[in-house]
Amino acid sequence: MKKSAPKKDRSASSSSIEDLKTFSFSKENEERVEEIIKRYPKGRQASAILPLFDLAQRQCGGWLPKSAIEKITERLGVSLIRGYEVATFYTMFNLNPVGRYHLQICGTTPCMLRGSEDLKRVCQRHLGIECKETTEDGLFTLSEVECIGACVNAPAIQINDDYYEDLTEESFLKLLKDLEAGLEVKPGSVLGRQGSAPLEKESPC
Amino acid sequence: MPKLLIDGKEIEVSEDVTVLQAAEMLGIEIPVFCYHPKLSIAGNCRMCLVEMEKSPKPIASCAMPVCEGMVIHTQTPMVKKARQGVLEFLLINHPLDCPICDQGGECDLQDITVAYGGDSSRFGLNKRAVPDKDFGPLIETAMNRCIHCTRCIRFATEIAGVPELGATGRGEEMEIGTYIQKAITSELSGNMIDICPVGALTSKPYNFQGRSWELSHTPSIDVLDAVGSAIRIDTRGREVMRILPRQNDNVNEDWISDKTRFACDGLKYQRLDRPYVRGKDGRLHAVSWHEAFDVIADRLQHVPGDHIAAIAGDMMDAEAMVALKDLMMALGSPHMDCRQEGVRTGVGPRCSYLFNTTIAGIERADFCLLIGTSPRWEAPLINARIRKNYLFTGLPVALIGHFHEQGYPLDHLGNDPFLLERIMKGKHPICAALKAAKNPMMIVGQGALRREDGNIILSLARHIADKYEFVHKTKSHSFEYWNGFNVLQTVASRVGGLDLGFLPGPNGYAVGEIIQAIRRKKIEVLYLLGTDEIEMKLLKSAFVIYQGHHGDRGAAIADVVLPGAAYTEKDGTYVNTEGRIQRGLKAVSPPGEAKEDWKIIKALSERLGFEFSYNTLDEIRERLVEINPLFDEIDCVQRTQWREFGQEGVLCSDPFRPTIKNFYMTDSISRHSVTMARCTQEILADKQRVSSYD
Repeated sequence: MKKSAPKKDRSASSSSIEDLKTFSFSKENEERVEEIIKRYPKGRQASAILPLFDLAQRQCGGWLPKSAIEKITERLGVSLIRGYEVATFYTMFNLNPVGRYHLQICGTTPCMLRGSEDLKRVCQRHLGIECKETTEDGLFTLSEVECIGACVNAPAIQINDDYYEDLTEESFLKLLKDLEAGLEVKPGSVLGRQGSAPLEKESPC
Repeated sequence: MPKLLIDGKEIEVSEDVTVLQAAEMLGIEIPVFCYHPKLSIAGNCRMCLVEMEKSPKPIASCAMPVCEGMVIHTQTPMVKKARQGVLEFLLINHPLDCPICDQGGECDLQDITVAYGGDSSRFGLNKRAVPDKDFGPLIETAMNRCIHCTRCIRFATEIAGVPELGATGRGEEMEIGTYIQKAITSELSGNMIDICPVGALTSKPYNFQGRSWELSHTPSIDVLDAVGSAIRIDTRGREVMRILPRQNDNVNEDWISDKTRFACDGLKYQRLDRPYVRGKDGRLHAVSWHEAFDVIADRLQHVPGDHIAAIAGDMMDAEAMVALKDLMMALGSPHMDCRQEGVRTGVGPRCSYLFNTTIAGIERADFCLLIGTSPRWEAPLINARIRKNYLFTGLPVALIGHFHEQGYPLDHLGNDPFLLERIMKGKHPICAALKAAKNPMMIVGQGALRREDGNIILSLARHIADKYEFVHKTKSHSFEYWNGFNVLQTVASRVGGLDLGFLPGPNGYAVGEIIQAIRRKKIEVLYLLGTDEIEMKLLKSAFVIYQGHHGDRGAAIADVVLPGAAYTEKDGTYVNTEGRIQRGLKAVSPPGEAKEDWKIIKALSERLGFEFSYNTLDEIRERLVEINPLFDEIDCVQRTQWREFGQEGVLCSDPFRPTIKNFYMTDSISRHSVTMARCTQEILADKQRVSSYD
């Protein structure tokens, strides 16, 4: 697969830029918005900004367009720049379109020692993308993230909402191929561990 | 009240004081970047670390409230080391461009580095680079220099009421910026330049124009609106380089408006620097003072005294007005007026034209009713006080008049003068709130008074004030006294002119009548003292003497032009909208042959054969006191007697019109300022507020 600059790939994401010039919540999300806002005491509605951004990001296929920030800040009575501050502060809000599978490779020390650099190379070789780039078909976006808290099963990677752990170059390549083929993949440890319990053949130390 | 020990000195302070403030009270200086006495506490620069006994770590003194029995040390080796560490981190990404930085010489970072900086940098990597931002025509940015103190963000959000600035990104990627790059739409934005502790935000018009140590400083008073802000005029040679605020908590606190700060380049252009006389060819010819006076004396010879009139302009000092009044009385003319735009109010008792609550008093109000006014443009610093009250107590503000965004929520009741009648009769929903308020205030703007029925509206406003107890008459001597009736003046000379009685005498004409009399040839000679805001073509048939500092509208139709001094070029007394008598000092000499205004009138009087009692500045100031003893009380506000004023009558149903169409250009100085022209273009035109305001 050929690598290309992320800008060109915008149209390939699940919802195109054109659609998002004017963002609005879908009908069912609109109900959830009401419910989320109601959780906060009167006068504190601005606190709903994080869940609403998250909801909007999910609706937009993994990224948060500016029009959504504008819509939500207006609705909560927060100034635009305050919303933009929040959206840029939290790294899990993507301000540019991402592919259907957002590969978030943990690059913090334990994962790095256990081979996260190798996983990144798999992406470069197999998908032809570097960090912050999206494949031309709009399937994958690669990012390196800080510790995702799965050090016990390092190296770990987060794809959209799910963790895939205990990866090796081979198992990660298979995972990518399965995703490309549209096969169902099982989250968690690829070795089949339950949580971080020892494998049967290993003796507890 | 907690007692604490700072550097071995004991101090007892109230509970809402921080350690830093307590130390300041003891005269102990603690270095700060993010702390500013007029802004909320951020506590993010960590420069103010001090040692507190029983605390394992140093504490940020700006954010730590005092407690009973605290023992603080500000000069220990640990404190010094902590501050050195903080400063070293701040300097990691700060460029070493002091030699080309406009802040050089008045930079907090520079000063504190002298005290706590190391001799060399231990940082061997590349410094981060941040793209500069576009903050409009007034503020130049160099974001590499930013140390993220967030003072500008807090200023924009809290004081200016325009939450347009923010910190985007996090960690090393944090940047100060706006959502979309655009000019900051505040009339107070220039103050961000002052509060920026480094050279990240500097003045665009002053960019690379000078160094702080080359400038002479003159404390003075601003005349571009009626607030009378305390300013510092910075000059180099004969040029006014810039204008900065001086702290005066009774008036402008630490701030000034953008017009006050940036219109000073208008003082350089289109100045009248020598007398002119209109020749037979219809053009103005440069002449000497003697020739100009001769022409005036010749013309006056055959004119009866009551065919002469005088109108004083918006930026005149009291001295010039009193000299002209004396001259007019000597000539035998009762036709004089200081209300050039033709407003008819102001002849009543002093309380009928003053901002009686006082500017600092706004903070005690618990309800505010705006009538035909937009304080944001007419007096940005008064608006900042209203906003301050709104921030601290949630002050409810209602408006009758043309709607204009003010920076706090406004309950817009409508734009109909008859609303006043309904409120007076208790038939409006707002009446309940008025009744419940303990310290209600109203601000009657010139938009409500500058009409045919101005005096009727004034009287209605007085009735409302009486009915809802805007004035606590009984407590007139106590500290708790409250007078919530305010007229917001928009020009600097107005209250002074009214206090001195620069008004039509018995059988005298006001401005409107003077203009009509000129048409009927009842007025043959008209003396314009810095008067530029009248429809000039109506005056053409009279012999017009224009005395002022700019070749503006008045000079264009004048037969004799006498070059006067601008406010930076003369010692003058001004009375602000509260009735506060203040003195401005001369910073530079007037250009060319121009002279101080009262001296011109005095010299002309002598040429005409009149002797006045004054020859020096002190003597003319004695004359001021003679006319109105209030002029003896400098820098303070005299409490006024609450009396009847206004006039009963039938209201006109026209809506109130805005007083100011373009905040950045309201007088002959700002109209000739390049910076103000840029603001008009970039800030107003961009937002298309000019068109919506018309």
